[in-house]
Amino acid sequence: MKTGLLAEVKALFIKELMLEWKQKYAFNSILVYMAATVFVCYLSFNLRLPDAITWNALFWIILLFAAINGVSKSFQQEREGRFLFYYQLASAEAIIISKILYNTFFLAIVAFTGLLVFSLVLGNPVQDQPLFLLNLFLGGLGFSSTLTMISGIAAKANNSGSLMAVMGLPVVLPLLLMLIKVSKNAMDGLARSASTDEIITITAIIAIVLAVSVMLFPYLWRS
Amino acid sequence: MKIKGLWWKALTVLLMLYTLVGGLLLDVPRLVILNETIRNLYFHVPMWFGMVIMLATSAVYSIKYLKNPLTKNDDYAVEFANAGILFGILGMVSGMIWAKFTWGAYWSGDPKQNAAAVGLLIYFAYAILRGVFEDEQQRNRISAIFNIFAFAAFIPLIFILPRLTDSLHPGNGGNPGFNAYDLDSKLRLVFYPSVIAWTLLGVWVVDVKTRWRKLHAVKTEQMLATS
Repeated sequence: MKTGLLAEVKALFIKELMLEWKQKYAFNSILVYMAATVFVCYLSFNLRLPDAITWNALFWIILLFAAINGVSKSFQQEREGRFLFYYQLASAEAIIISKILYNTFFLAIVAFTGLLVFSLVLGNPVQDQPLFLLNLFLGGLGFSSTLTMISGIAAKANNSGSLMAVMGLPVVLPLLLMLIKVSKNAMDGLARSASTDEIITITAIIAIVLAVSVMLFPYLWRS
Repeated sequence: MKIKGLWWKALTVLLMLYTLVGGLLLDVPRLVILNETIRNLYFHVPMWFGMVIMLATSAVYSIKYLKNPLTKNDDYAVEFANAGILFGILGMVSGMIWAKFTWGAYWSGDPKQNAAAVGLLIYFAYAILRGVFEDEQQRNRISAIFNIFAFAAFIPLIFILPRLTDSLHPGNGGNPGFNAYDLDSKLRLVFYPSVIAWTLLGVWVVDVKTRWRKLHAVKTEQMLATS
């Protein structure tokens, strides 16, 4: 069966959406996870309107853990038999691209909802909203492209929980640091030019990770 | 990777002796704060060179393994990664001892220090991942995939990030580099040979350990055949 890559990606993306819509498990659990973690932090730190550094770090740490939890489901959920079925239908590239796209979409929604909850409970000190939102989207894309591949590896190891965190956290850290920096710039309302270097680096890291994921996934898929 | 002959081992021994004797006894520039600790240039800095070379070679062997799944390629990939981790730990320790006497604390949160620590965590994860599998082929293939992925993520960490922020390291954040101190190239006379010596020593370690792995595999096979 020879269909275009684009058509395959589209079909698989819609499949992911429908699967999620049917179960509504992963999405709802991550939303509640987000809200619960925000409350744990809010009550433990016992502050309303914390200083900017704390707000920023808390926000990204919560988002990172939500992302690790959410993305780790992307391969666990699939049964062994279903993998075999996809294997005959679609190319490995289409599968990884569709998974990354779906996870980006998923994380973007989680991130925006997280921002809403955060703003409601802890206040929203962000001064440059468009830059912050752009950065948030880049964060979603970056986390999803890095963690999707890691979750694929972890799923093959049948030990996904802790292994996912052990492998994912250090790998995602450079990206996280850059995101936190841009995010802080946006909060302080610095001139956009102050963040260009970081945004270029973030885009470059995402590009590297995406390229490597697409190149390596076929090998993971075949095993 | 098989280097023929004994010449490179002899070269390693000679250069290593030169690094140790020359590094500890030859004249170095006298500088405030740094004083004699400047000699750490011959021991700490080559560790990072060695680590990056070992990890890059390991990634190359992982790519080779994916292209051509031979046990040999996997052996080299693992052992080069292990040698890289060893160099990383030694580099970390030698740097921390040096930092205690120049920066005032073992850990100063310097960006390069942090990046190196996270880099080590990535490779510890690689070692953990290898322990998970029961099937050898599965283990080799999936750890090779992670190794390449980790290396691609490790490069921006160690080369780009520390340069975006100020570092306490010589040559960064307004601190003069060693070139500025090194008016008469005295340091270079030992530094370059020491980089070669440490890297060759790393290759030697890998050579011995892969041979051990091969012998071990043969022995296991014999035991299986006789039982």
